[in-house]
Amino acid sequence: MSDEAKTSLNRREFFSFLAVGWITFGAATAGLASLIFRFTYPNVVFEPALDFIAGVPGDYAEGVDERWKNGFGVWIYKKDGRLVAMSNICTHLGCIPTWLPAESKFKCPCHGSGYYPNGINFEGPAPRPLERFKIFRNPEGKIVVDKTKVFRYEKGEWNSDGAFIDS
Amino acid sequence: MHMIKLGINFLSSPLYSFTLFIVLFVLAMKRMDIVGTKKFGMGLLIFTLVVFAWMVSDPVFFSVISLPDNIPIIILNGLVFWSTWYALYKGNQNDIRIAAGEPPIEGTPENREKVWAWPNLVYTELFCIIACTIFLIVWAIFFKAPLEEPANPTWAPNPAKAPWYFLGLQEMLVYFDPWMAGVVLPVIIIIGLIAIPFIDTNPKGNGYYTFKERKFAISAFLFGWLALWVFLIQIGTFLRGPNWTFYGPFEFWDTHKVVAENNINLSEIMWIKLFGIALPKNIFVREVFGLIVTGLYLVASVPLITKKWGHKYQERMGTVRYYLMIFLILGMMSLPIKMYLRWFFNLKYILAMPEFELNL
Repeated sequence: MSDEAKTSLNRREFFSFLAVGWITFGAATAGLASLIFRFTYPNVVFEPALDFIAGVPGDYAEGVDERWKNGFGVWIYKKDGRLVAMSNICTHLGCIPTWLPAESKFKCPCHGSGYYPNGINFEGPAPRPLERFKIFRNPEGKIVVDKTKVFRYEKGEWNSDGAFIDS
Repeated sequence: MHMIKLGINFLSSPLYSFTLFIVLFVLAMKRMDIVGTKKFGMGLLIFTLVVFAWMVSDPVFFSVISLPDNIPIIILNGLVFWSTWYALYKGNQNDIRIAAGEPPIEGTPENREKVWAWPNLVYTELFCIIACTIFLIVWAIFFKAPLEEPANPTWAPNPAKAPWYFLGLQEMLVYFDPWMAGVVLPVIIIIGLIAIPFIDTNPKGNGYYTFKERKFAISAFLFGWLALWVFLIQIGTFLRGPNWTFYGPFEFWDTHKVVAENNINLSEIMWIKLFGIALPKNIFVREVFGLIVTGLYLVASVPLITKKWGHKYQERMGTVRYYLMIFLILGMMSLPIKMYLRWFFNLKYILAMPEFELNL
């Protein structure tokens, strides 16, 4: 009689086993899920800072300057002493256009959109000109490019404050 | 020989090759009694193989087609050719039988006999699985994966190509805004393909091959599949080089090839070129012509199509099914229309409202 009681669980024991089992299972699943969620975020981010100091206006010759393209994704374009900071993201589907000095144009390798040096689109499917970033001089007189503020041509923002600096 | 190669380079530019493809496609659909014969299939196969062998002997063409990415496309071209022709051949055979008053081959008493899935089908499938596995292993041993350097968010390879099965879509994007060719049209394509069994309730052709009884359905599907998908993949894969510029099959991929392709919107053609005045400030006034053309195409054309051609389909299919079909056909035809407008008039967008990210 007493042997039989040991081999079978009573109601209370059954429920406590069940609770322990479910809690263990739930905890393990939650732990795994949190690991998976953590895995979706990279360990190290190599993304460049969103604003950077770009020297002084005298550093730039007339025309398109590519020195910040690989580090920050920005072309500096100088025309008649006026400096602007252009995004290097194609407005069609977000590829990175190539600057072709011989043809004096930007050309996107994905669908063939072309832009003049000032960023105006003229060929291929790009629907609007390259975006421009905020550019200003800090108190030391250095140029600062701030990528968080965008100026769009079709909204008439290229002449607004901060879209260019005159040197 | 050099002149022939120059001629082929010239003819394979998208305008000529696409037009030629459509002409041949329409001819094939019209003369199915010739296309659907073994003689024609063998002749076309031999002709294609001979021309292909001759083209491969050219070093420039060979360097393009022997890229590890491009070899599967060559193989798949053969499979597409085979499966399309074979279905049309079987359909033609049945059409001849039906015209003579006989049942289709699939309907003869000996072919109506049924067999068990096990072992007849399962064994076939097993052998297919084993064959595919062996094929893929051998492939993986002989051709290395075309890996490149680590990704860099500020640099793109030139040309930057999508996986081969998306190159038709990438070629489509040359003529459209990314919202249209990247989101709206693919969604319509997928939903439209899912909807085909619900729109097309015609019982003819169920369980047997036929072309004559389903002329419109088969031609419309094959047009979208062969001309607007497979053919554009060929252009995107073999004929698009650096800067997504067109290069003939025997043309060296010169990064500095200069092509004049200034594109302008319909609003600029109308206001600036035709009327000689500046673009109006109000965007709805500016785009009034685009709005009219889009409206004409999507709305006003429907009763016209119905009156001219669609009324018998409308009676047979029912109104809802019919209008859904017209919508899908109009959506499909917008791609070739847009392509020809670009080639003939350098037209970028019929309706250009980048302020709302709406460009058609």
